[in-house]
Amino acid sequence: MSEAGPLPRPEPQYATTDQQAEAATFGMWVFLATEILFFGGLLLAYTWLRASHPAGVAEAGRHTKIVIGSVNTLVLLTSSLTMALAVHAAEQGRRKALTRLLAVTALLGLLFLGLKGYEYHGEWTEHLVPGLNFHEDGPHARTIELFYFLYFLLTGIHGIHVTIGIGLIVWLALRARRGSFSSGYYTPVEVTGLYWHFVDVVWIFLYPLIYLVGRSGP
Amino acid sequence: MTSATVTGKPDEPVVATRNYLTEGGVTLRSWLLTRDHKRIAILYTLSITVFFFVGGAAATLIRLNLVTPSGIFTPDIYNRLFTLHGIVMVWFFLIPSIPNTMGNFLIPLMIGAKDLAFPRLNLLSWYLYVGAGLLALFAILIGGVDTGWTFYTPFSSLYSNGYVVLALAAVLAVGFSSILTGLNFIVTTHRMRAPGMTWYRLPVFVWSNYATSVIMVLATPVLAITLILVAAERLLKVGIFDPALGGDPLLFQHLFWFYSHPAVYIMILPGFGVISEIVPCFARKPLFGYKFVVWSSIAISVIGFFVWAHHMFVAGISLYAGLVFSLLSYVIAVPSAIKVFNWTATLHKGWISFDAPMLYALGFIGLFTIGGLTGLFVANLAFDVHVTDTYFVVAHFHYIMVGGMVSAYFGGLHYWWPKVTGRLYPEWWARIAALLIFFGFNLTFFPQFILGYLGMERRYYSYPPEFQAWNILSSAGASVLAAGYALPFFYLGWSLFRGKRAGSNPWAATGLEWQTSSPPPTHNFDRMPTVTRPPYQYRPEPEPQDV
Amino acid sequence: MTGIPRSYLFTWAALVALLAATLGLAYVPMPGPLNIVLALGISVAKALLVLALFMKLFRAPALTRAAAAAGLFWLAVLFALSATDYLTRKVDPVGDLSAPTGREHRQADR
Repeated sequence: MSEAGPLPRPEPQYATTDQQAEAATFGMWVFLATEILFFGGLLLAYTWLRASHPAGVAEAGRHTKIVIGSVNTLVLLTSSLTMALAVHAAEQGRRKALTRLLAVTALLGLLFLGLKGYEYHGEWTEHLVPGLNFHEDGPHARTIELFYFLYFLLTGIHGIHVTIGIGLIVWLALRARRGSFSSGYYTPVEVTGLYWHFVDVVWIFLYPLIYLVGRSGP
Repeated sequence: MTSATVTGKPDEPVVATRNYLTEGGVTLRSWLLTRDHKRIAILYTLSITVFFFVGGAAATLIRLNLVTPSGIFTPDIYNRLFTLHGIVMVWFFLIPSIPNTMGNFLIPLMIGAKDLAFPRLNLLSWYLYVGAGLLALFAILIGGVDTGWTFYTPFSSLYSNGYVVLALAAVLAVGFSSILTGLNFIVTTHRMRAPGMTWYRLPVFVWSNYATSVIMVLATPVLAITLILVAAERLLKVGIFDPALGGDPLLFQHLFWFYSHPAVYIMILPGFGVISEIVPCFARKPLFGYKFVVWSSIAISVIGFFVWAHHMFVAGISLYAGLVFSLLSYVIAVPSAIKVFNWTATLHKGWISFDAPMLYALGFIGLFTIGGLTGLFVANLAFDVHVTDTYFVVAHFHYIMVGGMVSAYFGGLHYWWPKVTGRLYPEWWARIAALLIFFGFNLTFFPQFILGYLGMERRYYSYPPEFQAWNILSSAGASVLAAGYALPFFYLGWSLFRGKRAGSNPWAATGLEWQTSSPPPTHNFDRMPTVTRPPYQYRPEPEPQDV
Repeated sequence: MTGIPRSYLFTWAALVALLAATLGLAYVPMPGPLNIVLALGISVAKALLVLALFMKLFRAPALTRAAAAAGLFWLAVLFALSATDYLTRKVDPVGDLSAPTGREHRQADR
């Protein structure tokens, strides 16, 4: 892969490739602002639940799978590293490194989803799935049900984001292998990277809210 | 190309042989796969017109039912009718009305760009809209929804026996369409402006749509997640919004109005933009206080997020919260009033002509002022307790939404019709329609202020007999209004085939969109423009502008 | 793979260290809301690392930073103005929240 590589012409609505790249990056940031508020609504519901029923939420938190949750956090943080390295490789026009790093990122994403699925399976067998398979007694049963309701929505919607991210990264890896990117043109890699890091940031906040609740209690 | 040169003479016979309607083929396929913002705008216009008539038909039936105190339909059918009217009019007409039709068509033309920043996203946005619309129509046809457009819990999540989840899915999808449009407009306004098109040279229409887009992008996702929560709650029978199951119904209302109050400004801000274009053109004067008009749009889009709980004064929020939101609701009246003063000052000593677009604009100013001032009434805690959920509120928001936004929509439709189609409409018919709409509207909705003040509750299929006279007046007004709305459908349709050729600039207006041929070529300008002047350089005597 | 920027590796190491810290601190009993305050504080630190270094936000144009800030600002508005209600509302819970979650009392729905 040479330094210059193929420099695609900008799409007809743009004057220059720079303008096109700037528009794409800015567009992704605007989209991420949207995403903040998309998760924000759920976080407000979570905050309300936790503030109004602290003891129940603490008990519910102790039911979560701390090991899987922590390992998954490590997996996502590492995938962010490989994604950042992939963007760096793309900047330098190193095709092989780019392809490999993208593949590793996608694999880490798949590992995250696999562990998440295993965790869901555990929650199913423990009757912690509201509406479908929930059975809990005790004074905080209602709160635990609401906590798990929000848990499945938060992690489920996050999981959908991870899945979309994996799809995009696989597509990028295939394009990278064909040599579609160069140091002069790697906007899709950069923009997908932003998305992937954002999904990681969301998880960084979900982790303490879901897994670390009530750990210091009885 | 002579067609691209500028002309100030209205009747110059410019026939653009090469335009967006003919370039790229005239097949259905070329339309359904188009990336041209102008063609997508046409697709949007056709589809929102369908929904306007669907929502209008429901309104007609509602007014028909209210002619007699005991009602004509069963309560259940009546509930489904007003829900249908609300959902269709809010999400399938008002919210996309001006941004997705005129905004789509005009923003690239006004800023001197070849297209929006993301044309494929623009087309996707239209497909989401159409898919959502079909889903909504499907839900209506198989039985409808009776929750009202507000989907209040726990009624919507537990008790309602309509097709609530389908309707929620439809609104969710149309919300994503709106987010994509907003994103596209924001990036386009920042990144696609022609050389010399500085921020303070942008037409107010672009600023207004920019402010609208900010709301679309930042408020709609909260609606989306709220609807997902309601649907999940309904399907799984878990009650985050249901007090009987440990939830909080006010949480739903907070989340819902965090979107739905700013959504009111999604519906009215683009109307402000249209009026700010029409008034200077037909008063032949620069817009008075351009920067104030611009920044009041931005202020409205920001402060619009701070007032949502004034919809919840009697719902059980704390008194302290009520005071805070009441105060903030007064604050937002300030930028709205600034705009009305500026338009009025623009008219002062102007060379005013009463063409159809100007009639709509003047109607807008009057009706919006009434709607805005009654908004202050209901922002007042004590008065709001008296009129909450009465026809006073119904009349108030129809003065904003219908008297304001629909007037602006029709004003803009007439103003830019020659640009979009290359044809002129019959002016006298257009003036008659504008007057019919103005008088029909007032006859329909002014009695509702009185009814509401007297205590007639909204959303009931029946009412005490002493309210009948006002209700008959209102229903009579509705038929005049319906005639007013039907009329443009015919003469605008006629003008497509028989109307006089418009030429590139029939109103002798400033603005880049008038400096290219009518209809414009696919990439808008034959030579990309450079901008050297601020907008609205009108003088009492029209004279040629330079690029 | 040559030329791996060390800053990325350091960032990752810092993130992992913060993860270990937040996990460990969660098990330490602390007074009041200190546990969650610390946990969220660490999350903010981690998020800032990702935003600043992986997403290059601090080197980004002002416009990009404005977009990110707008999302956070409006999130803050959602929380702060909801709080005017929730923090001052007198709550009178109705219904029996301590009952077991038998689903039998809920009516069948489509």
